[in-house]
Amino acid sequence: MKILVALKQVPDTESRIKVAADGRSLDPADVKWITSPYDEYALEEAIRIKEAKGAEVVALSVGTDAAKDVLKNALALGADTAVLLKGDGQGDAFAVAQMIAAYVKDKGFDLILCGNKGLGGDNAAMGPMLAELLGVGQANVVVKLELGEGTFSAERETDGGSELVVGALPAVITAQKGLNEPRYASLKGIMAAKKKTIEELDAAPAVAGAQVSALALPPERPAGRKLEGEPAAQAQALLQALKDEAKVF
Amino acid sequence: MILVFCELKDGQLRKPSAEALSEGRRLADASGKQLGALFVGASCAGAADAAKYGADVILTAEGGTLASYSSDAFAQVVADAVKAKGATVLLAAATAVGKDVAPRAAARLAAGYASDATALSIVDGKLQAVRPVYAGKAFATTSFASAFQVATTRPNVFPAAEKAGAGAVEALAAPTGDFKAVVKEILAKAGGKVDLSEANVIVSGGRGMKDGANFKLLEEFADAIGGVVGASRAAVDAGWGLPHSMQVGQTGKVVSPTLYIACGISGAIQHIAGMSGSKFIVAINKDPEAPIFKLASYGIVGDLFEVVPELTKAAKAMGIGSN
Ligand SMILES: Cc1cc2nc3c(=O)[nH]c(=O)nc-3n(C[C@@H](O)[C@H](O)[C@H](O)COP(=O)(O)OP(=O)(O)OC[C@H]3O[C@@H](n4cnc5c(N)ncnc54)[C@H](O)[C@@H]3O)c2cc1C
Ligand SMILES: Cc1cc2nc3c(=O)[nH]c(=O)nc-3n(C[C@H](O)[C@H](O)[C@H](O)COP(=O)(O)OP(=O)(O)OC[C@H]3O[C@@H](n4cnc5c(N)ncnc54)[C@H](O)[C@@H]3O)c2cc1C
Repeated sequence: MKILVALKQVPDTESRIKVAADGRSLDPADVKWITSPYDEYALEEAIRIKEAKGAEVVALSVGTDAAKDVLKNALALGADTAVLLKGDGQGDAFAVAQMIAAYVKDKGFDLILCGNKGLGGDNAAMGPMLAELLGVGQANVVVKLELGEGTFSAERETDGGSELVVGALPAVITAQKGLNEPRYASLKGIMAAKKKTIEELDAAPAVAGAQVSALALPPERPAGRKLEGEPAAQAQALLQALKDEAKVF
Repeated sequence: MILVFCELKDGQLRKPSAEALSEGRRLADASGKQLGALFVGASCAGAADAAKYGADVILTAEGGTLASYSSDAFAQVVADAVKAKGATVLLAAATAVGKDVAPRAAARLAAGYASDATALSIVDGKLQAVRPVYAGKAFATTSFASAFQVATTRPNVFPAAEKAGAGAVEALAAPTGDFKAVVKEILAKAGGKVDLSEANVIVSGGRGMKDGANFKLLEEFADAIGGVVGASRAAVDAGWGLPHSMQVGQTGKVVSPTLYIACGISGAIQHIAGMSGSKFIVAINKDPEAPIFKLASYGIVGDLFEVVPELTKAAKAMGIGSN
């Protein structure tokens, strides 16, 4: 079995967000870069499948040299090989899907694991787009995955519930919190990863469908009001304000 | 044409779909286009509702092969309808199904895609979408280069405004089986209550609730004001028996109710990522320095175990939930 895991490098949520001088991108000055957390569930699942029934796990990221950190970490955690598809750092989920589809084609992958969304960008689009370009099935926001002979069965979260999706392999599965509990890299893993090289390839040409044309900070929320007094008075004042001022009720 | 992929629940148009249709109507008027509503499934009874929200044309792809949801089948039907009707803009509500089918249909149309839009417009004949990014700490304007443009609308953001449309019904052919992946079984249902992502009023509890059983206090208050109960990750992860579907935040639900009441929640950035789109935020916390107060329209510094029961009492006395 051959598994591809797509990992995206993203800004840590705690990072301060500043808009760059171009008015449409993120000022990278104070940004700490991490692997998108959902992609960690995807990688962990691949490693668990490898441990349970044997598999070759390829970690892949589309990005610039900076994305090598994500791949080094993936190697330390247990990926067998790592591939960086080099681009100029521009493009949308559709462009990334085309690049990954061009790489995947004819390589015999049985399973492609992604995060259900890239932290921060949050489009939740790359996985389904890749599945369509490859002409394979998909299951998104998956919290439980089981593989059969050439088949998969996945539990996915829906609006307030869950459903079981079944289909044929190869398929694209996007991971959600709850799928597993990702491990930390062991010292042994980190040492072993140092000996491995990251394969660097030029990303195939791709056409983006969309682009970010402006990035802006949200408007300040108007200053709030504290309600004073005993609990009963506070409760009364709150509901009155929600009714009269906010007109919620 | 602007085409909106719509969902039915128990034979009725889902509210997020009505919102997407209303926004589609507004865009269609602004750009002199027709509005189409597309329904896909074993039965599309109830599709006529789309006319109430301005649909000029109602397309129905009905058939036994579409009884169970399949992302590849639905994406095929949707993309084919877009092409057949000469639509350039495709919208869907950002629901579990909408977010599953729209990006796949977009790839089929070689289109760009914007998820969870909070504002839409037509600029130079093309769609433009504004959407929150980086945990709500910024808003990105997405512009499209592609001939087709696809976006999902965030529930509870666009008003569902009734406006009569012609609603001429037209049937589309359903595809003939052999799908790559299909829903085999519904494992858990939302139950009678509306889902958090569609709720207009949410009462959420955090670690300050101390125990799962205490969520009963929130249930009672929520019932009194017509709300739904949510939770922070700390509460969901505490082993109190709260399901992950209740979690609000970066790794849970992103919600945008009119009113969000946070009880015993400190206001960590990952929690805020899920609720900063709320119109009014109320914080109830015993720590006056809790970061949640920075966001709160109204704050109560106090012990939630004293305040929440008073709120329930006062809400009942004022007859709030009953109108
Ligand atoms: C050559 C090139 C380099 C880029 N480099 C970066 C970058 O360094 N940082 C950045 O923020 N954006 C980068 N982008 C933008 C692009 O990667 C974004 O993925 C896209 O805009 C959608 O972001 P999202 O988080 O909403 O994706 P989503 O659709 O939410 O992502 C869903 C899942 O798809 C996979 N995925 C998404 N993007 C990538 C990727 N670049 N590599 C591997 N897997 C991925 C992950 O598994 C992710 O969990 C690059 C684009 C191109 C064309
Ligand atoms: C990758 C990642 C993803 C995450 N995703 C999410 C997510 O999706 N959602 C989420 O919520 N968190 C998420 N978190 C966790 C987040 O960082 C916080 O740990 C969490 O939100 C804290 O929950 P809390 O506010 O309930 O608990 P705490 O931070 O412990 O706050 C409890 C609050 O209750 C107050 N309190 C205590 N007793 C009372 C009382 N009797 N009356 C009134 N107030 C009282 C306290 O003053 C305190 O402010 C994530 C973290 C990471 C690293």
